[in-house]
Amino acid sequence: MSHNLDLKKGLNIPLKGVAAPEVVKNVVPDIVAVKPTDFNGLVPRLLVKEGDAVKAGTPVMAHKMCPEILLTSPVSGVVKEIVRGEKRKLLAVLIKASETQEFVEFGAKAPASAQETKDLLLATGLWGSLIQRPYGVLAGLDATPKAIFISSFSTAPLAADNDFAFDNALQDIQAGVDALSKIAPVHLCLRKESEASSVFHKVENAVLHSVSGPHPAGNVGVQISHIAPIRKGECVWTIAPCHLVALGHVVNSGKLDLSRKVAVTGPAAEKTAYVQCLPGTPVNEITSVQDGTRIIGGDVLSGTTLGPDGYLGFFDNQISILKEGHEREWFGWAKPFRTKVFSSSRCYFSWLTPGKKYSLDTNLHGGPRAFVETKCFEDVTPMDIFPIYLIKACLAGDIEKMEKFGIYEVLPEDLALCDYVDPSKNEIQAIIQKGIDLMIKEMA
Amino acid sequence: MAEEKKPWWHSTVDAFDTFLRVPGTVTSKGAHIRDGIDLKRVMIMVVISLVPAALFAMYNIGYQTSSLYGLGWTFIQMFGYGLLRMIPLFAVSYIVGLGIEFASAQIRGEEVNEGYLVTGFLIPLIVPVDVPLWMLALAVAFSVLLVKEVFGGTGMNIWNPALVARAFLFFAYPSSMSGSSVWVSKAWLGSLKGVDAISAATPLAIANEGGVAALDKAGYSFMDMFWGLIPGSTGETCVVAILIGALILVGSGVASWKIMLSSIAGGLLVGWFGQLAGGIPSYYHIVMGGFLFGSVFMATDPVTAAQTETGKWIYGFLVGALAVVVRLWNPGYMEGMMLAILLMNTMAPLIDHCVVSAATSRRAKKTMNA
Repeated sequence: MSHNLDLKKGLNIPLKGVAAPEVVKNVVPDIVAVKPTDFNGLVPRLLVKEGDAVKAGTPVMAHKMCPEILLTSPVSGVVKEIVRGEKRKLLAVLIKASETQEFVEFGAKAPASAQETKDLLLATGLWGSLIQRPYGVLAGLDATPKAIFISSFSTAPLAADNDFAFDNALQDIQAGVDALSKIAPVHLCLRKESEASSVFHKVENAVLHSVSGPHPAGNVGVQISHIAPIRKGECVWTIAPCHLVALGHVVNSGKLDLSRKVAVTGPAAEKTAYVQCLPGTPVNEITSVQDGTRIIGGDVLSGTTLGPDGYLGFFDNQISILKEGHEREWFGWAKPFRTKVFSSSRCYFSWLTPGKKYSLDTNLHGGPRAFVETKCFEDVTPMDIFPIYLIKACLAGDIEKMEKFGIYEVLPEDLALCDYVDPSKNEIQAIIQKGIDLMIKEMA
Repeated sequence: MAEEKKPWWHSTVDAFDTFLRVPGTVTSKGAHIRDGIDLKRVMIMVVISLVPAALFAMYNIGYQTSSLYGLGWTFIQMFGYGLLRMIPLFAVSYIVGLGIEFASAQIRGEEVNEGYLVTGFLIPLIVPVDVPLWMLALAVAFSVLLVKEVFGGTGMNIWNPALVARAFLFFAYPSSMSGSSVWVSKAWLGSLKGVDAISAATPLAIANEGGVAALDKAGYSFMDMFWGLIPGSTGETCVVAILIGALILVGSGVASWKIMLSSIAGGLLVGWFGQLAGGIPSYYHIVMGGFLFGSVFMATDPVTAAQTETGKWIYGFLVGALAVVVRLWNPGYMEGMMLAILLMNTMAPLIDHCVVSAATSRRAKKTMNA
């Protein structure tokens, strides 16, 4: 049954630096990184050594607990370096790309059964793109999801416009949906506002839902909680549109092509536009890097800091660049008007200028305190949960209460706005992640 | 601030430093950008909302003294006298309260919380103007130490600290907090030395004794009580000033309009029962005594009030209802607002527990059927 969600709660942060809908360059990287740290719950085991030749699609790492789950190289070339961190933790495998790209041939054939789809996902390394809820971990091999959810759009600040990024990918999207629907019913959530122009609205063989509202309406977790809330013992898989397209591309052509249009965004970005590139591409090849800025893979609410020497993550289709906010503002909190700082609270006067966009930086704008104002959390959480009670249950490590208050339905990204609005500057996403980690440990 | 090891007095230094300048801390995990709002701003909004009531209090203190002792003061003299009488109250409240806050933060090695900015402003507004300063100091010390700091500071307390300070004074020194001779200031006036204190009961006490007829006899009309030129605790008398404060609080989203509204509804409803039983018109309860001040500024304290939205309706309603119940059926003590709010502060977690349990079981049922 298709749903029509009209969500009211939430917040669109008026941040400057949306990407112009044009692809300004097509990055052919020299070095590409395969990072096991992109995958929540993956314990990597190396399958290659320095000097090995790989093709696009060749396995580079496997999951220790389940060797069928592979990470594959997005390019053909030679393994240049194995990067390790503290306690020899495997951080990345760097692959020097060859001049001409060779692909592992997976056979252009539409899977006829759930098992064939699963085999294809495993062989291509696209299994890692499936995220299993609850907890947001790698999909389990023997799990039977009750549904597979895809959000065709993102409402995160400055998020890439998927209607632009995938405007001519209908065939691949459809092939991907067809393949996944062998495993479980595919639910595709569409943005109500873009019904006419979006390629996703033409998809068949999926349950289509129409969603509107401010961020986090585009978060797949919010959509699931309204459409098919996850009960204890159930699981749902999700996949991002760029990986859906990659899967469809394998089905249609037999080749693994992870390249995507990445939106370079943010108030501190020199040029905000789209760049065609692969996951694992060095950040400094995608955009120019300036001192005093923070480069984030993903959006500014739940993205990860990549740093100037970092590599684009497997799940990232956006880079956000912010100025580091070390500057100290005189009488900040006491000023009647703070024209450069946005606040969703009516204690400031940003609400008087609704159309204005802001060049926000990374300043915390205050010091950490105990929870005082908590209604603001509910105002930005369009789910049937009590955020503050869930947060406190996570802080207390109370499994029973976490279950009761909806830990199965959330990932940190769904409560990212709570991070943003909290006047007491608590790290809500970190608290939720800690709660989820505890659940995984205790429920295993 | 440099990143090197901070000296032991860093809480105090940080407090002044961050008072003047926004800290240069940047986000390290979670959302990379943060809202401009912080607790300092939230608290200062509450203080701003209290300013009309405080200004009116200063005028009214002078007005009451001038009119009852027949001094014939001008407006400036009345306000000036009130200002002079209020400054020591604010000074004692802030010096003692902030002193303990700073010391506690220092001991815990945390940053100084802003909560006392509001509490320190509230306390002088809910006491009789001539309350001895040492009593006030003692009450402030009692409430900050035992009601706030032992629980962990702002955000952790169960009861509203300002109200507990008042309750402490009320029970420890009833003769300075109630009766009919404490409400009009004559301290500090050399010319009134030796003059007996004029008995000036609050309209609430008068109405409690003899209803509307007694109010009329004493010369207090509804509009007098609405505008607030009546004896009472310093800040609680003027309905207009309190409503301006309520507008600021609701407009800025700092305080819950649900609590304010439901508290007034609760008061009106119980007052109506009282009216049926021959009491004063129920709307008199709203303008008399500390009812409105309590509903707007005290019951809405986000830390001690109910936290769930449904809970706020229930909590507010019960605050208002209980306050008027005490007024109507407790002959010994007519100002029920203080105790009603403190009792409901105690009950707020229970209300929230019931609301959350009901919602989660409803949700559980819904997901079972989904």
